[in-house]
Amino acid sequence: MSVKSLRQTVQGLLPSLTPVRFVAEDGTPVAKPPVGYSEPSEEALREAYRRMVLGRRFDTQATALTKQGRLAVYPSSRGQEACQIGAVLALRPDDWLFPTYRDSVALVTRGIDPVEVLTLLRGDWHCGYDPAATRVAPQCTPLATQVLHATGMAEAQRRKGEDGVAMALIGDGATSEGDFHEALNFAAVLRAPVVFFVQNNKYAISVPLARQTAAPALAYKGIGYGVRSEQVDGNDLVAVLAVLTDAVAHARAGHGPVLVEAHTYRMDAHTNADDATRYRDAEEVERWGAADPLSRLETHLRARGVLTDADTAAAREEAEALAADLRTRMNADTTADPMELFDHVYADPTPQLLEQRAQLAAELAETALTQED
Amino acid sequence: MAETTKVTMAQALNTALRDALREDDRVLVFGEDVGPLGGVFRITDGLTRDFGEERCFDTPLAEAGIVGLAVGMAMGGFRPVVEMQFDAFAYPAFEQIASHVAKLRNRTRGRLTLPMVIRVPYAGGIGGVEHHCDSSEAYYAHTPGLKVVTPATAEDAYWLLRDSIADPDPVVFLEPKKLYWSREDTDLGRRGALPFGRAAVRREGRDATVVAYGPSVPVALAAAEAAAAEGIELEVVDLRTIVPFDDETVTASVRRTGRCLVVQEAQGFAGVGAEIAARVQERCFHSLAAPVLRVAGFDIPYPPPKLEHAHLPGVDRVLDAVDRLQFGDEPDTRHLLKGAVA
Repeated sequence: MSVKSLRQTVQGLLPSLTPVRFVAEDGTPVAKPPVGYSEPSEEALREAYRRMVLGRRFDTQATALTKQGRLAVYPSSRGQEACQIGAVLALRPDDWLFPTYRDSVALVTRGIDPVEVLTLLRGDWHCGYDPAATRVAPQCTPLATQVLHATGMAEAQRRKGEDGVAMALIGDGATSEGDFHEALNFAAVLRAPVVFFVQNNKYAISVPLARQTAAPALAYKGIGYGVRSEQVDGNDLVAVLAVLTDAVAHARAGHGPVLVEAHTYRMDAHTNADDATRYRDAEEVERWGAADPLSRLETHLRARGVLTDADTAAAREEAEALAADLRTRMNADTTADPMELFDHVYADPTPQLLEQRAQLAAELAETALTQED
Repeated sequence: MAETTKVTMAQALNTALRDALREDDRVLVFGEDVGPLGGVFRITDGLTRDFGEERCFDTPLAEAGIVGLAVGMAMGGFRPVVEMQFDAFAYPAFEQIASHVAKLRNRTRGRLTLPMVIRVPYAGGIGGVEHHCDSSEAYYAHTPGLKVVTPATAEDAYWLLRDSIADPDPVVFLEPKKLYWSREDTDLGRRGALPFGRAAVRREGRDATVVAYGPSVPVALAAAEAAAAEGIELEVVDLRTIVPFDDETVTASVRRTGRCLVVQEAQGFAGVGAEIAARVQERCFHSLAAPVLRVAGFDIPYPPPKLEHAHLPGVDRVLDAVDRLQFGDEPDTRHLLKGAVA
């Protein structure tokens, strides 16, 4: 390989020096629009705005339901809506999404019933929706493990001659896990049509990014594997959607995987059980509050005349209806059937599971009798 | 009647992979060195040549990556058969196996299933240096959602592998390395009478039942041969599948014989043999004339090649245990040996 073509290869893989950005924090367009990316259509941006309003409301309602004891736990993604919505809107319905526990808003955006999204956190079962029908893998808890599954799914699509893409969502902390690196390497070697989307929200529970990596940006982790990489302002929906749309098109065209790092911020604590004041100060949170992705997009679209008072009012009304419906349905008590515990371990239960099933049935019958007495 | 031919277990496994690749386009074979090399034990010999790179291919050297990739590909409609190069090299994949392979069906209420096979050349007896001879079956058998298979004959190697590849659930397929080159007369085209999940009575005997699996089955049979010379008839049960576990065949045998030994190469503490001994004693207590004894490797890291003979349960260790089955109504006094603490 000549020096010139080597330089081209390397430069083609490296992310831009600063995160791609279309809209500044105050909602005004940046002076020099990023090169190489097309701005999403006004129609797409209006739809993204609506989805962000719904997503934000879903998130705050889920947090409230957790405080009321209706959810075992809720990891909020408030402040990350540009990433949550941008990721889903960049995909086709027949593409696959591999989310984590913090990506409930993305799942709602994908069109999954919010109650089914919350089944895991409500404690009824480990996954409430149909992954095969929705093409959304179960929300993954062991960090970065699902990134390999996304790679495998993408590879499966490629081998079947289909043009589907898989997108894996992960956080900054998970980029330290071995599975993340193995996935990037496998995907690059196989040229699998997968997009790795890192939402760098600056904290892995309490551990700040500086203790997670010494890399100039997480997006630089791609080049070592030959994976094309990019970084983007994760609170600028316009930029997130533009970059992810480009990444998905690149993968779909058979050019191989793409790593995208979005710089964003987790406004809430890790979960309701966490106390963020122990590891970050209020000033920092306030500063990121000023970079809020939803108000930024609203200001921007209003200034462009794309969004009217009627649009924002309609979105808020729809969001309130979503929250009210969620409250009503989540406040209804559910009963989980203990006998189901044996139903899905294997296609056919082993003789031992049948014995244990009978044992539990007898225990429950006895308990029921005692309660009657 | 079809003619039988001499077949090694390695050949039987290779034939099973070939037949599965030929009959089902969804079957893929991948892992480290399984391509042109044919695997370090040559189990995948010629598969890339005969079926192409698309069906049998080398991957980067990363076991979690191999298994995690297989999970995604199985979700995407394929039936991956992956190779972990050696037992102890499979440990990096353990999180993928325990948290995803074993659980995906359950997590999704059966909406996603993982028909995949993880082949593991396993256990010792081949003079391998450290990290090449672990008996890791207990880790997998302890993980609900996995099926765990270990053949002891070439015929079983063929049919159990075919059944594992066709199974709707993930299977950890443990191949006893030391039996790869053992030959037997068999006709692989003829399926035996036993279905997947049933144990085989390899030798009938009235005096005691020896339960074994995988690499320990030939040891148990050799011990039975030796015991017969002394007038003691041992019945040898080969589990074939550790999960599902065939309580029925094991308990029926022990109720007949009234005595039971369990033989495993693995270290004994908290092992599969301990589980079997507990199950037998729970189910056959009133039929037992002596405590159920375990014959196992010692609770040590796998020894260096020159010392593995001292670790592995051989015929003598099995026969010593037979002597302790209280045929003469003497109590078992091994725990009183000098150095024993309890």
